[in-house]
Amino acid sequence: MMRFTTLIKHPADWMTGGQEEHGAVLTSRIRFARNLRRHPFPGWATRDQRAAALEMMRPAVEALPAMKDAFSQELCDLSSVQKQVLVERHLISREHAARSDGSAAVIERRQSFSLMLNEEDHLRMQAIRPGLQLAAAYASLSELDAGLETQLEFAFDPTLGYLTTCPTNLGTGLRASAMLHLPALVLSDQIGQVLQAVNKIGLAVRGLYGEGTESLGNLYQISNQSTLGESEETIIRRLERVISQVALHERNARAKLLEDDPSMVADKIGRAYGVLRHAHIIDSKEALNHLSLLRLGGNLGFFPAGTATLCDTLLMDIQPAHLQLHAGRKLSAEERDTIRAEIVRSRLQTLPTPDNSSNNNNGENLSEPITPGDA
Amino acid sequence: MKCDFCDSKATVFLTQLVEGQMKKVCLCDSCAKERGVTDPTGFSLADLLLGGIPATAPVAGAKPKSAPSQAAGVKSCPSCGFSLEDLRRVRRFGCSECYDVFHDEIAPMLSGMHKGVSHVGRVPEGLMAMQFRHKRLEELRNRLEQAIAAENYEEAAGIRDEIRNLETSASV
Repeated sequence: MMRFTTLIKHPADWMTGGQEEHGAVLTSRIRFARNLRRHPFPGWATRDQRAAALEMMRPAVEALPAMKDAFSQELCDLSSVQKQVLVERHLISREHAARSDGSAAVIERRQSFSLMLNEEDHLRMQAIRPGLQLAAAYASLSELDAGLETQLEFAFDPTLGYLTTCPTNLGTGLRASAMLHLPALVLSDQIGQVLQAVNKIGLAVRGLYGEGTESLGNLYQISNQSTLGESEETIIRRLERVISQVALHERNARAKLLEDDPSMVADKIGRAYGVLRHAHIIDSKEALNHLSLLRLGGNLGFFPAGTATLCDTLLMDIQPAHLQLHAGRKLSAEERDTIRAEIVRSRLQTLPTPDNSSNNNNGENLSEPITPGDA
Repeated sequence: MKCDFCDSKATVFLTQLVEGQMKKVCLCDSCAKERGVTDPTGFSLADLLLGGIPATAPVAGAKPKSAPSQAAGVKSCPSCGFSLEDLRRVRRFGCSECYDVFHDEIAPMLSGMHKGVSHVGRVPEGLMAMQFRHKRLEELRNRLEQAIAAENYEEAAGIRDEIRNLETSASV
């Protein structure tokens, strides 16, 4: 069985496997909600009934070929920092982390699949992939689901589909989502319009970090709301179409910003670089926002290839629980800000000064006057 | 403007656009708090709809607080004991059979939550196969009894083999 430290030591496959050309879409995620027939749902079950459901599911999950040598732990055996780290990695939900007795997490070695046992539903399973790959993530999770349904009897009704604890998940029990980085749409004030349009077609949009409408780090998550009345393929196809449209808007907004106001773009990226390279105290909000600009710089060719991936890994490693795991002890907010700055500085040590001459050479340069007689 | 759930003054207004249709709910402070409308990011109108299920027969303007006192004749799920009052409180169901028991209460809300009211998509193959096998086994056992009762031993032996086949395939 895999240990917690081994699982967390390496970044997830989906954190490092992203393709630069999909700069705007960080990850795609598919989640299925499933329940056992003739067992009360976890929230309503007694302690013994929950334990019985877990005892039935856990061996079936661990026996899946994809989950060979997986990490598998009951939540009561994990510390609160360990649970929080799993939340920050998007491997378990905040709600699941709040549980202990009778709930478990089974996570595939490369963190591409994770299964929550006795969450709100008996079984919540998810697949994560880098970039925009909802269909591929769906295909791989379906395979897992097919392996389980021969071993476990899932609650299913021909009319209502998969029966879930909350009626908002009925039918397919499917939640498909993508995480998007949209700095240029934010900088050019188009974000509100775009998000409203997405909302209008019945999809949910929320900022990944921050509360309410504010989004730190210009990160947004788009997902389906309706789960009943449409097939998985229809839901996923619509989401992929909408998400690639949003990504295209972001790409266009980036090109337009570079064309209209190249010094503003270079200034923002340069300042972010300066702060991150030299700060000794940095809170999570400031770090997220500057990392967002650094990532944008990476996508725009201001930095060497691989910078965006570096930012994505840092994004995870500067979260509070990751910092405490790194330090090996509980940290006050002030201590966290110092250690966060330390980690950021050391990771960016070898990152060269932003240089947008590569953009200039592409003929996209508008900042230097073109002198026809010169060539 | 009055709160949609009690007579107090509404202070929280929620609007959501679903498929171009505007859905609006007005709440007073205490109803908003009671329904968990505190975190605008983790909130959907669907949740609110569920919170609005009347405890017994729909009584216009009935305050949710007064509901438990009428709990005497409340419908509940025979297999898990979950009641309509519980649904209103936790906005979740007790077990998969609750969907049968509370079918009439939940059915009208589905169209507000989802694009359709009946399932399209994935069906658990294993479950279908299992249900089919259970049914088939039951059938065969009945026929076996009949064959034995009729002293038709040749047929009984054939049926017994078929049952055995089906049972061994189930354990794979």
